[in-house]
Amino acid sequence: MKALVRFGRFWYDFIVGDEWVIAVVVVLAVGVTAIATRLGWNAWPLLPVAVAGTLAFTAWRAVRRASPPS
Amino acid sequence: MHAFVLVLAAFAASAVEMVEALTIVLAVGVTRGWRSAITGVGVALAALALIIAALGPALAQLPIDALRVVVGTLLLIFGLQWLRKAILRAGGLKALHDEDAIYAAEVARLRAAGTRTAHDWYAFTVAFKGVFLEGLEVAFIVVTFGGSHGETGLAALGAAVALVAVLVAGLVVHAPLSRVPENSLKFGVGVMLTAFGIFWSGEGAGVEWPGGDIALLALIAFVVAVAGGLVAVLRRRRVASSDKVVLA
Repeated sequence: MKALVRFGRFWYDFIVGDEWVIAVVVVLAVGVTAIATRLGWNAWPLLPVAVAGTLAFTAWRAVRRASPPS
Repeated sequence: MHAFVLVLAAFAASAVEMVEALTIVLAVGVTRGWRSAITGVGVALAALALIIAALGPALAQLPIDALRVVVGTLLLIFGLQWLRKAILRAGGLKALHDEDAIYAAEVARLRAAGTRTAHDWYAFTVAFKGVFLEGLEVAFIVVTFGGSHGETGLAALGAAVALVAVLVAGLVVHAPLSRVPENSLKFGVGVMLTAFGIFWSGEGAGVEWPGGDIALLALIAFVVAVAGGLVAVLRRRRVASSDKVVLA
């Protein structure tokens, strides 16, 4: 059981890392892009927009964490 | 003349794919160390050789779009994690050498545990995925170009010449790259992985990029602009908050 937990934790740390928002947004963005293209829209802008939004959001979260409480 | 055009077409198409793989391997090797990156390249080449030997012309039936989605999504996640840390370091929100300290601690831990070598799975996986996917695309090019003209040998010759040319280019570029400051290099790696990740996962999801492969250059420029803008904002914010502290 312990080995299984360690195995799961290794893959979580390896893929998700210390900012889970990135993995969630990327998987969602790729999924939505795939659905949109199957519905007939060449949804190429979705991924770049998701990337820009994710970087900005995670930077904002890091600033908030680093700021001392007022 | 026809043979020359076929070799040239296979050379050009293969070179584009190989340069993409080389970019990733160079980036990972210079920043994370060559040992694991080269191991990743070796295992990827062995896996490719096995697949090509087993499938041969049936290669064209492999679900390349599904592979692109998986590889692209993972590259995009890795790239964004790397880029986020580089942005925070450049913006002054994170220590410049934190990952070195973590890596050194991991090496020390493995040595203490009696492990003979510290293997960097991150470098291995990224190098493996880059070479495996691009290598598979080169194999597709050879099979489709060569197959459609009934001259797979000539297409393979074009790909082999491209491999030599790209390897020589890699050896030439490798030395100057190692003199670039560490965080700038990590920033560059994050940009490349993110841009390649967007491109491949998009292609796998069925997107047709405007301008085809040229879109990759536009994506690199876009990611540089976004990341550079965020660094500028973070630096300005830091200066403003330190001014406030001085005034108080």
